Amino acid sequence: MSDATAHANPGVYYVPHGTKWPIVGSFGLLFTLGGAAFWLNEHAAGPMVMALGVAIILFMVFGWFGTVIRESVAGVYNKQVDTSFRMGMMWFIFSEVMFFAAFFGALFYARALSVPWIGGEGDGALTNFFLWKGYAPAWPTNGPESIGGAFETIPAWGVPLLNTLILLSSGVTITIAHHALRAGKRKPLMIFLGLTILLGCTFLWYQAHEYMEAYKELNLTLGSGVYGSTFFMLTGFHGLHVTLGTIMLIVIWLRCARGHFDRDHHFGFEAVAWYWHFVDVVWLGLFLFVYVL
Amino acid sequence: MANTSAHADHHDDHDHKPEGFLDRWLFTTNHKDIGTLYLIFAFTMVIIGAAMSVVIRTELASPGLQHVQPYFFNQMTTLHALVMIFGAVMPAFVGLANWMIPLQIGAPDMALPRMNNWSFWIMPFAFTMLLGTLFMPGGGPAGGWTMYPPLALQGGASVAFMVFAIHMMGISSIMGAINIIATILNMRAPGVDLLKMPLFTWSWLITAFLLIAVMPVLAGAVTMLLTDKFFGTSFFNAAGGGDPVMYQHIFWFFGHPEVYIMILPAFGIVSEIIPTFSRKPLFGYQAMVYAVASIAFLSFIVWAHHMFTVGMPLGGELFFMYATMLIAIPTGVKIFNWVSTMWQGSISFETPMLWAIGFVVLFAIGGFSGIMLALVPADFQYHDTYFVVAHFHYVLVTGALFSIIAAIYYWWPKWTGRMINETWGKVHFWWTMVFVNLTFFPQHFLGLAGMPRRIPDYNVAFADWNLISSIGAFGMFVTPWMMIAIFAMSKKQGAIAPQRPWEGAHGLEWEVPSPAPHHTFTNPPVIKPGMLAHGDVTH
Amino acid sequence: MRNIGKWGLGAGLTAGWAVAFAAAPERVPWQLNMHPGVTQSSHDAYDLHMLALWICVGIGLIVFGAMFYAMFAFRKSKGAVPATWSHNTIAETIWTVVPILLLVAMAWPATKVLINEAYTNESQMTVKITGYQWKWGYDYVNWGDKAYHVHFISRLDEKSDRTRQLRSGLNPGDVKDAQGENTYLIDVDKPLVLPTNTKVRFVVTGDDVIHSWWVPALGWKSDAIPGIINDTWTNISEPGIYRGQCAELCGQDHGFMPIVVKAVPPEDFKKWLDEQEAAQNPPAPAAAPVAQQGVPSMPSNG
Ligand code: HEA
Ligand code: HEA
Ligand code: CUA
Ligand SMILES: [Cu+2]
Repeated sequence: MSDATAHANPGVYYVPHGTKWPIVGSFGLLFTLGGAAFWLNEHAAGPMVMALGVAIILFMVFGWFGTVIRESVAGVYNKQVDTSFRMGMMWFIFSEVMFFAAFFGALFYARALSVPWIGGEGDGALTNFFLWKGYAPAWPTNGPESIGGAFETIPAWGVPLLNTLILLSSGVTITIAHHALRAGKRKPLMIFLGLTILLGCTFLWYQAHEYMEAYKELNLTLGSGVYGSTFFMLTGFHGLHVTLGTIMLIVIWLRCARGHFDRDHHFGFEAVAWYWHFVDVVWLGLFLFVYVL
Repeated sequence: MANTSAHADHHDDHDHKPEGFLDRWLFTTNHKDIGTLYLIFAFTMVIIGAAMSVVIRTELASPGLQHVQPYFFNQMTTLHALVMIFGAVMPAFVGLANWMIPLQIGAPDMALPRMNNWSFWIMPFAFTMLLGTLFMPGGGPAGGWTMYPPLALQGGASVAFMVFAIHMMGISSIMGAINIIATILNMRAPGVDLLKMPLFTWSWLITAFLLIAVMPVLAGAVTMLLTDKFFGTSFFNAAGGGDPVMYQHIFWFFGHPEVYIMILPAFGIVSEIIPTFSRKPLFGYQAMVYAVASIAFLSFIVWAHHMFTVGMPLGGELFFMYATMLIAIPTGVKIFNWVSTMWQGSISFETPMLWAIGFVVLFAIGGFSGIMLALVPADFQYHDTYFVVAHFHYVLVTGALFSIIAAIYYWWPKWTGRMINETWGKVHFWWTMVFVNLTFFPQHFLGLAGMPRRIPDYNVAFADWNLISSIGAFGMFVTPWMMIAIFAMSKKQGAIAPQRPWEGAHGLEWEVPSPAPHHTFTNPPVIKPGMLAHGDVTH
Repeated sequence: MRNIGKWGLGAGLTAGWAVAFAAAPERVPWQLNMHPGVTQSSHDAYDLHMLALWICVGIGLIVFGAMFYAMFAFRKSKGAVPATWSHNTIAETIWTVVPILLLVAMAWPATKVLINEAYTNESQMTVKITGYQWKWGYDYVNWGDKAYHVHFISRLDEKSDRTRQLRSGLNPGDVKDAQGENTYLIDVDKPLVLPTNTKVRFVVTGDDVIHSWWVPALGWKSDAIPGIINDTWTNISEPGIYRGQCAELCGQDHGFMPIVVKAVPPEDFKKWLDEQEAAQNPPAPAAAPVAQQGVPSMPSNG
C-alpha cells in the first residue's frame, strides 16, 4: 500500500495531463546530435549547436525529473505506478545490456574469427596466403598492417584489478546504504551512499589515468587496430556509464539529504542502485574479456 | 466513469480533451491522441517512401538512364527502405498499439504516458535529420538500407546524420517498447489474464521484447560505422584485424528480428479480424500465442541467411539454413489456424476482412519465396536479385502494410464513431490487389532471369517485366490518396457507428462507446462473462 | 487422393520446363524462370529451385483451396451458421508434421549439394578475381602445376558505356553482339577465358568495397570482400559465352560492372594462356611449380 496523501486516489492509476518536457527533449536531441554531425563534418557551427543541445537536454532532465519528484513526494503515485517505473527501469537496463552486447560481440568476433582467419587459421588459409602473407594471428593485435603502430597493453593485474575491487566494493556500499534506508537509518545511509560516490569517482580517476598512460606512453589509442577499437569502445562506453551512474548517485544523495525517500517508498534510489549494479557487472565482463584473457 | 479525477492539482476534467492545439497534440499524454499522431506520421512517411519508389520505378520503367543519375538512384533506394521500415511500418504499428492495447486490456492509458509522448515526438525530428541529408552537398546516404561498410563509409556528410538519426529512432522505439511491455504486464484490468488477452496485444508484447533486444544492437553497429569513419577504429577493416563481414553479422542480428518486428503485430491484427468476420472463435488461441513466441525465439538464430554468399564455413551455412527453414512450422500453424477459423464459420466480407484475407494469401506467397531463399545453393542464385526484392515486398507490403490498412478499417469506427463507405473500401482493396501484384509478382521472374537488385539500368531482355512492374507501382501510388478520400468522406458524412460495429466482434474495445471517449477505463472495468475475446472470466 | 494427380502434373511441367529452357539463350524477354546453366552447381541449384517451387505451389494450392472453399461454402449471405469449435488435435498434428517432412525433403538435397560445392580441392587451375570500383581484375595463378602471371582488367564495353550515360539519346536496343543477342550492360572489353571440363578454383576478393562475382550459368555468386579471400570453384561443361553482373551494391556504377566468361576447350585455352603469359611476361619467368609456390590446399570453402 502506498502512503497516499489527500491528493491521491489510491484506486486510480495516475495519468498526467500534458507535459512540455518531451518536446523540449526532442529539440535537445536534435541539436545535440545534429550539432555533433556538423562538427564531425568540420562545420564551424557544430560545437555551438551541440552545446546548445546539451544545455536543452539538461534543462529537460531537470524539469522532467523535478516534476516527477514533486509528484512522487506529494504521493500521487500508487503501488501500480511504482511497478510501471520499475519495469521501465528494468527494461531500460536490459536495452543497455544489449548495447554492450554488440561491442562484446565485436570483440569475440575479432578474437575468435577475424584475426585467426586473417592469420591463416581454419578457413583463412587462402586469405592469409594471398593477402596477408607473414601475418601471424595473435591477440592483442592491430592487424596485418599494424594500424596505429606498435603499442603495448595495460596489464590486468595493476590498475584494472584495483578498479575491479573498487567497483565491487561500491556494489557492497550501495547495498549497505539500501539496507540502511530500509531500516530507516539516515546516517549510515548518507555515509555509505557518499562512499559509493567516492568509489565511483576514484574508479573514474584511475580510468582517466589509465587512458592517459595508454595514449602517452603505450601508444595504445582508439586507432590501434581492432584491439584499440574494442578496448576503447568497450571501456569508454563503460566509463561513460559510470560517469552517468555517479551523477545519478549524487542526485540521489542530495535527495536523501532532503529527506526524500522513506523505508518503503524509494523507487528512485533502487533504480539508481540497479543501474550501478549493472555497470558493475559490465565491468566484470570487461575485466575478464578485455584485460585478463 | 465520470468523476474520478486523480487529484486536485489538475483542473481539467477527465472526460474532456485539452482545448488548445498545442496542449492537445504537442504536450499530450493521452494514448489515443498519441496513437493518432503516430498514424498520421506513418501515413506521411508512406507517401514520402512511395514517392521515392515512384522515382525508382520511373527510372526502371525502361532500359537506359532517362531521369536520374545512378548515385541519386541509390539514395532513393536507401531512403525508400529506411523511410518505409522505420518511418512507416514501425510507427504505424506503434500507433495501433497505443490506440488499442489500453482499450483491449482495460487500462486507463499507457503505463508511462509522458515517456509515450517523447517516444512519438522524437520520430519527426529523427526523420528531419535523415531526410535533410538529401538537401546537403553530397546528398543522402546511398549505400543501401543495410549500410554495409566499406561502401557506407564512402558517403559524404550524410553518414554522421544517418547514424544519429538511427540512434534517435532507436531511442524512440526502445522507449515505446518499454511502455508497451509495462502497460501489458502491469495495467491489465482484473480478470484479463495473460492467456485471455487479445492476440494483437499478445503479439505486441513479444514484438516489444524483440525491439528492446535488437534496437540497441543496431545502435552499436552504426556507432561502429561512425567511429570507423571518423575516429580511426578498425572494426570493419581487415588491415587492422577487423572484418567487413563482422558488420553484417551485427547488422543482421538486428535485421532479421527486425523483419519479424514488422510482421508479428500483423499476425495479431489478422487474428483479431478473421474471427470477427467469421463469427467464430479463433482456432487454437494458445497455439497462436506459442507460435508467435517461437517465431520470435527463432528470429534470433537465423540472421546469417542474409549472408550465405559472404563465404561462411560450411557448418555455419548449414546451421543457418536449417534454423531458417524451421520458421515455416510456427508460421504455417498460424496460416492453417486462420483458415480453420474460417472453416464452418459464418463469413461476411466487409472491407477489413478483405484486407485480412488478402494478407493471408499474399503473405503466404512471400513466405514461400522466403523458404526458397533459405536453401543455400538456391540462394547462391537468388541472392541480391529481384527475386529477393519480390520476396520482401510480398511480406512487407502485402504483409505488414495490408495488415495496417486492415486494422485501420477495422478500428476506424471505434476511433471516429463513423462507418466508411463499403463500396469505396472494396474499390480500394481490389485496386490495390491488382496493382500490388502487377508491381511485385513479375519481380520474381526478373530475379530468376538474372536481374540484380539495386541497379538503375538493365539489359533489354528485362525490359518487359520491368515496365509491367512500373505500371503497377504507378497504380499503387494512387492508393494512399484513395485512402485519404475514403476516410475524409467517412468523417464528414459516414453513417454513425454503433458501439459494436461488427456483429462478431468480441473484446473490451467493443465495450466502450464509439467514438471511444478521450479517457476510457479510468476505473478498471468489471469483466462480465462474454466480454473477452478469448476465454471467460470464470474459466 | 486428388493430390497425386497434381504432383504428376507438377512433375510433368517441371520436366517440360527444363527441356524448354535448356536450349534457350540465357536471357530472353518475358522470361519466367531460372536458366539451368552449364555446370553441375547450376543444375543442382536449378533442381533445388524447382523442387522448392513445386512444393510451395502444392502447399499453396491446398491452403488457398481450403480457404476459398470456406469463403464460398460458409458465407453468411448463404445462411451459414457458425460452429463453435476451436480445436482439433488431429488436424493440428498433421499440419505440424507434414510441413516438417516437406522441409526435410528440401533440406536433404540442399545439404548434399552444399557439401559438394564447398569442396574446392583437387582443382586443376586457380584464378584470382578482384573487384574494383567498377571493374574486375583477373589473375591466372596456375594451370596444372605451372604457375602463371597473367593479369588483366575487365570492364564494361565501350558501346554500352556510351549508351548508358544519362539521356545519352542512344538506344540500348542497338547494343548487340555478332549473333544479334542484346548485350547492353552485360558485355566487357576483355572476357575471362576459362577451359571447359576443368575444375577451376576461384579466389575472390575486393579491393575497395564489397562486390559480388556472379555468372548465373555457373550457378553461384561469391562476395568479393576487401581483405578477405573467398574460394569457390566451377567446372563448365559446354563452350560458350556466359554473362553475369556484379551482385553486391558497390556504389554509383554497381550496375555497370558486368562479367563475361568465355569457355573454350582446354587445348584452345592452353594456347591462349601461354600467349598471354608470353605477351605479359616477356623474359619468361622461371615457372616454379605451384606446389613449391605453396598455393595451400584447403579442406573447405573459406
Ligand atoms: C516482414 C518481413 C519479412 C518476413 C516475415 C520474412 C520472412 C521470411 N524470410 Fe525474408 N526478408 C525480408 C523480410 C521478411 N522476411 C527482407 C526485408 C529481406 C531482404 C533484406 C535485404 O537484403 O534488404 C529478406 C530476405 C530474406 C532472405 C535473404 C535473401 C538473400 O538476400 O539472399 C532469406 C533467406 O533465407 C529470407 C527468408 C525468409 C523466411 C524463411 C521467412 C519465413 O518467416 C517465412 C515463413 C512463412 C511461410 C513458409 C509461409 C506459410 C507457411 C506454411 C503455409 C506452412 C508450410 C510451408 C512449408 C513447409 C514451406 N528472407
Ligand atoms: C515496408 C517496407 C516497404 C514498402 C512499403 C515498400 C513499397 C514499395 N517498394 Fe520497396 N523496398 C523496401 C521496403 C519497402 N518497399 C526495402 C527494404 C528495399 C530494399 C532497399 C535496398 O536495397 O537497400 C526496397 C527496395 C525497392 C526496390 C528495389 C530497388 C533496387 O533494388 O534498386 C523497388 C523497385 O521496384 C521498390 C519498389 C517499391 C514500390 C513500387 C512500393 C510501393 O508498394 C509503394 C506504394 C505505396 C504504398 C504501398 C502505400 C500503401 C499504404 C497505405 C495506403 C496506407 C498506409 C497507412 C498508414 C501507414 C497509416 N522497393
Ligand atoms: Cu561491384 Cu556491385
Ligand atoms: Cu531474415
